[in-house]
Amino acid sequence: MLAAHGVSFAYDRGAPLVLDGVSLSIERGGIVGLIGPNGSGKTTMLRLLSGTLKPASGRVTLDGADVGALSRRHLARRIAVVPQDTHSAFDFTALEIVLMGRYPHLSAFELEGATDLSIARDALAATGTIGLEARPFATLSGGEKQRVVIASALAQASDVLLLDEPTASLDPGFQLEIAALLLRLNRERGVTMAVSTHDLNLAATLCSDLVLLKGGRAIAAGATRDVLTRENVRILYGVDADVADHPRAGHLIVVPLARVE
Amino acid sequence: MPASNDLRRRIVVTIAAFGAIAAAACLAAPLVGTTPIALSRVFDRSIPFADNVDAQVFFIARLPRVLAALLVGSSLAVAGVVFQAFLRNPLASPDTLGLSTGATLGAVVVITFHIDATMFGVSAVPVASFVGSSIALAIVYAMSVARRHGTSSTVLLLAGVALSAFFGALNRLVQVVGDFTDTFRAIRWMMGSLDVGSYTDVVVALVPMGAALAAIAALPRVLDLVSLGAAAAESRGVDVRRAERLALVSASVLTGSAVSLGGPIPFVGIIVPHIVRLIVGADHRLVLPASALFGGSFLIVCDVVARVAFGPAGMPVGAVTALLGGPFFLWLLFRRFR
Repeated sequence: MLAAHGVSFAYDRGAPLVLDGVSLSIERGGIVGLIGPNGSGKTTMLRLLSGTLKPASGRVTLDGADVGALSRRHLARRIAVVPQDTHSAFDFTALEIVLMGRYPHLSAFELEGATDLSIARDALAATGTIGLEARPFATLSGGEKQRVVIASALAQASDVLLLDEPTASLDPGFQLEIAALLLRLNRERGVTMAVSTHDLNLAATLCSDLVLLKGGRAIAAGATRDVLTRENVRILYGVDADVADHPRAGHLIVVPLARVE
Repeated sequence: MPASNDLRRRIVVTIAAFGAIAAAACLAAPLVGTTPIALSRVFDRSIPFADNVDAQVFFIARLPRVLAALLVGSSLAVAGVVFQAFLRNPLASPDTLGLSTGATLGAVVVITFHIDATMFGVSAVPVASFVGSSIALAIVYAMSVARRHGTSSTVLLLAGVALSAFFGALNRLVQVVGDFTDTFRAIRWMMGSLDVGSYTDVVVALVPMGAALAAIAALPRVLDLVSLGAAAAESRGVDVRRAERLALVSASVLTGSAVSLGGPIPFVGIIVPHIVRLIVGADHRLVLPASALFGGSFLIVCDVVARVAFGPAGMPVGAVTALLGGPFFLWLLFRRFR
């Protein structure tokens, strides 16, 4: 549904390429993980997919149409983004933050109506934050904030959710909570996602497919079970790791053992 | 708590309440002064205007000044709201970003060197003020887009401090170069005074201010979204670059026009939006109209205090807002970084 075809990107003309001829595709109903070391181009890839950056060469397409040719409003109705952290400069309530997701569905001077409000409340309920709707966003915990931001993305009623290291600033309890929420949204609502993460175990829990990025190139892509291997982890991070099925977790787990390079 | 189905009602109530305050300020402020007048006589239609001293004092001597305060206060408050949202920092304002000092420098150059040329019938002072505030804005904006991984508003505020000091120094240089009487006029002007001569000054300022306010009036929801960050706004469908250009240029026009009409009047752009947010919350569909109306009312009251509270000679209104604003700003900093 959302695909990159040989995209390259540099932040400045003449600067080294952050992405160099990367192709990937996100199919409807799937969860694709982008993994790789710092500076491998994960965040840039998500920004290209969301259309906020334009590739220097190559194309990003949404159902075959060039993303660069779509208006911001139109794109926002199809693709929503969840950043690593969200800060508000002012004291918006959680419900007000979620209602901002309705922006691309309203005309310039249109106020949110009953439908928008029920969509927002539904999104709050789906993320388990309905009890927080009147709370000032700034006073919520990290995990609560992230759930409210995910609710805001759900209220946007898009087809694809792009999440940039959604659990990076959270403690293990909240990490599990967000992972469980994303899995549930995928299963129950069929939300398609692309997730960038450093957390290989999160990737193993969540993602049906992985794209492994290193130095701006995709070194492997495919079903999580096939590409999340000891060899690939060594190539990506220079780390010797055990990769094994965990009987209680029910998915692959990665235990980093030592740096080898 | 605010639910959006009654948002329309809250907008109406907010505009009505702050509009009533502004109307009351406009009617009451001209009554205060060394010559006592009565509102009932001012609007007594049975007395011809030529014989009605109260009406003459009200409409000719005092009302232009009150309207000037209304426009200047509104403009500075709205400019503050715009900068605070786009820079995501409640301490951003025309003053803290160096725009006011830039506008002041522009005006002082024109006053000191008698650049009396008019362009399309417009005095050079507002044009020079706008140019000054725009130069400051351009520098601050260039610094913000140079940092592509998001704007650090702390950097921008520090840039504003540096710009203010630099423009302030240029300003003093101009005064040293100018002759004594011109410098005296410039210094007198810089104290900030809303003592406009006639309705003409008010109308001349109203044109650019009205255009800028109209442009910003289309953007309240965009201000909500950009306050979460440019990337968050873009991903929700805002054309951030376009909105930013429109809003920041409009805010610069507001600052330039306000400074050219009333001189540098500090802190209005910080105090007013902050008080308004405490009352109506964060939603800019409420904050924007409330700040425009309350900014005007606030400056009208400050100007009345300036006129009467410190003896018959009066005091520059800029000194009154600074006396209030300085401690207020420190209190905000204290609360924010505690």
